Amino acid sequence: MGITKGDGSASPAARPRSPATPAASPKPRRSHVPGAGTAVAEAVEQARREMLHEGARSHAEAAERREKRARIGADVVIEAILRQGVDVLFGYPGGVILPLYDVLGDHPDLRHVLVRHEQGAAHAADGYARATGKVGVCLGTSGPAATNLVTGIATAQLDSIAMVAITGNVPAALLGKDAFQEIDITGITLPMTKHNYLVRDADDLPRVFAEAFYIARSGRPGPVHIDITKDALQQETDAPHPTDEEVAAGLPGFRPTLGGHPRQLKLIAEEIAKAKRPVILAGHGILIADATEELRAIAEKARIPVAWTLLGIGAMDETHPLAYGYMGMHGWKHVNRAIQAADLLVAVGMRFDDRVTGAVRTYAPYARIVHVDIDPAEIGKNVAVDVPVVGDAKRVLAGLLPLVHEVPEAARAEYLAQLAEWRRESEGASWHGSGAWRDGLLSADFVIAQIGEVTGHDATMVADVGQNQMWMARYAGYRRPHSHLSSGGLGTMGFAMPAAMGAALGRPDKSTWAVCGDGGFQMTIQELATLVQDRIPVRIALLDNHKLGMIRQWQEIFYSGNYHSSNMYGPDYLKLADAYGLPAWRVRTPEEVRPAIEAANAVDGPSLVWFEIAEEQNVFPIMPAGKGLSDLIETWGGADE
Amino acid sequence: MSPDGSSRTPAHSAPPPRSLPGTGEQRRHVLVAIVNNRPGVLNRVASLMRARNFNIESLAVSHLDDPEISRMTITLRADDVLVEQAAKQLYKIIDVLKVQDVTDEPTVQHELALVKVRATDRTRGELISIVEMYKARIVDMAAEAVIVETTGTESEVDALIALLRGYGIKEMVRTGTVVMSRGAQSIEEATRR
Repeated sequence: MGITKGDGSASPAARPRSPATPAASPKPRRSHVPGAGTAVAEAVEQARREMLHEGARSHAEAAERREKRARIGADVVIEAILRQGVDVLFGYPGGVILPLYDVLGDHPDLRHVLVRHEQGAAHAADGYARATGKVGVCLGTSGPAATNLVTGIATAQLDSIAMVAITGNVPAALLGKDAFQEIDITGITLPMTKHNYLVRDADDLPRVFAEAFYIARSGRPGPVHIDITKDALQQETDAPHPTDEEVAAGLPGFRPTLGGHPRQLKLIAEEIAKAKRPVILAGHGILIADATEELRAIAEKARIPVAWTLLGIGAMDETHPLAYGYMGMHGWKHVNRAIQAADLLVAVGMRFDDRVTGAVRTYAPYARIVHVDIDPAEIGKNVAVDVPVVGDAKRVLAGLLPLVHEVPEAARAEYLAQLAEWRRESEGASWHGSGAWRDGLLSADFVIAQIGEVTGHDATMVADVGQNQMWMARYAGYRRPHSHLSSGGLGTMGFAMPAAMGAALGRPDKSTWAVCGDGGFQMTIQELATLVQDRIPVRIALLDNHKLGMIRQWQEIFYSGNYHSSNMYGPDYLKLADAYGLPAWRVRTPEEVRPAIEAANAVDGPSLVWFEIAEEQNVFPIMPAGKGLSDLIETWGGADE
Repeated sequence: MSPDGSSRTPAHSAPPPRSLPGTGEQRRHVLVAIVNNRPGVLNRVASLMRARNFNIESLAVSHLDDPEISRMTITLRADDVLVEQAAKQLYKIIDVLKVQDVTDEPTVQHELALVKVRATDRTRGELISIVEMYKARIVDMAAEAVIVETTGTESEVDALIALLRGYGIKEMVRTGTVVMSRGAQSIEEATRR
């Protein structure tokens, strides 16, 4: 049963969850830390707890303080978060949310990270969710704080990230009166969340929070926003927390389809048996569902090469012989070529985004399409599909595996040899092993490949948006799931550093790198102070070309070199880092790259490497807007990318 | 030559363009949605239809015998695949319990209109006979105008309005179509199950 006021003495997080009946049980809570229950996983948790709760009020003291007063709405909020196994909250205080800050100290199991701007809180919660598989939580007050969260909420929505965003609002009696810092924030977040709530009564808080977390992480994940009036936070309440079963029963309009229909699975197996040139398209759904093992098993059994979307990076170890590469607008030419030549696309957990397909009319002209997605609305949205399957990627692939016929090596030898040849061509044409790009200028792709190597391809790499994002997708080399975080759908500049804060706190067992361009870095530069104050070990790789690189590239190629507003002044980042108090290195030649990365990676705490890269390097290939995957531009103006 | 220049792709030179989802043939569809009777649900539905670029012709909402739920009748003009997409998007709203496209089902589809028509001593008699012929009725009569109330299918209502227009319509309100499947089946019962 739920937690009531009376048993507030023990830590809510430690309390065992009520036994679940398997049939009615929702999807089990995921964790991306491998081997739940093993010594390794326990050590990770221990490290997390030590890092998070150092210096917090003792449990005994906190319990005593809670005993002396009534349980109020604000306590319910914190209990509800802790019940979900979430122990870090990114927020910023303000007028109407202060009742929550008044009791935060009485719950030492929940660490609050004070960000410098609410957008940073939302991205940090997002990064935490992407890295851990838990629900990320962010917090702000009403009005401007709530609108500042919006960019981060939208980022999570477009990338299907489980997040609960909490805002305060003015007391219920003042709602609709244009009170100080009042804005209709639920009206604003309505079209960009999976669901949202306005709570005016503390007794509703346990149900609303349990529903919000359940909705955020079940089915296709997404952000849920909860707006709470100040008086609801202050009201006393005895309302118990519902169980997940009670929550599911109370949401008749939310029943995600998880298992694929058996008839459809048979059809997929038949399509695969007939295909001569199949390609698997792996998307974010593989990672969300933790279906990487199932994906590998099917690819190996039927000998099908795997291509991935931007958010599908990490779905397969890139060194696997069947791991073919990153697809789409800035994808590898050989991958796009294979898709254009394929006679079957098996798309799993991806949505045929326009950056993936280009002009749909010319997309994969010879291919039949199998589309597996947990969201029925994604199927048939952008491309017509021959075999639609609604279901969770893990369950569908596990169900499909026994139905797929083993394909002998000889049957695919010619096909795979052709793909290997295409790959040699396109990788050979693209790679600068020397690190110098024209006249000894430092090449960004080289820098990123070096970060990948130095960290053993095991770090959590967080990309920003623009050229740096595409270099990250192409050159870092990913070996494990959730090692690449990127704002794909919304393309939010300024994402990398704050998201890396969340990722670093969620996975302290991995080194965390935020790779930004100078544009994106200056958008959320204020979070440097958060990194230092909270000693969050994020390593920042700043790729500084004194430009908005992708804008400059588009202006060069698509706007006849008519440059405008793509030149960008930046500060002396060494002085800046020094002012904030974090160690930093400046790199201008290929030889300096590796030592600087190694030094930054060894710092116990945040660090920064300022790479002054070539100013006019382009990302190639590039697919022009409105064109197809066969229309890639590979060079421009004699450049040798 | 195939688009990628390889000899391994089929021999024909230009593959047919990949067809986009849907036929592009627009026709009138009627969706019935059963939704939670909570504040803001109408806003969620309307906001979704706007954001996804679906053009609503009419939208009628009412509460039901069960006070927990309400019923929306949405008519929109679009091709079949697009309407299926709209229905699937509607399903994603947590407060939407059931969506059914009843366009091709045997249904009763009615709407109600109130039309305030200019009426003089000279024209009132004619108006009354038109109203009678259309099985409509006059619900209010003043010196210079009458209010005609009519129910029927959209085209029946359209036909009467076309006739009344000649007399001068001062103002008009239409409820939009409400629809119910013929026979014993019930979308409400199907929702509860």
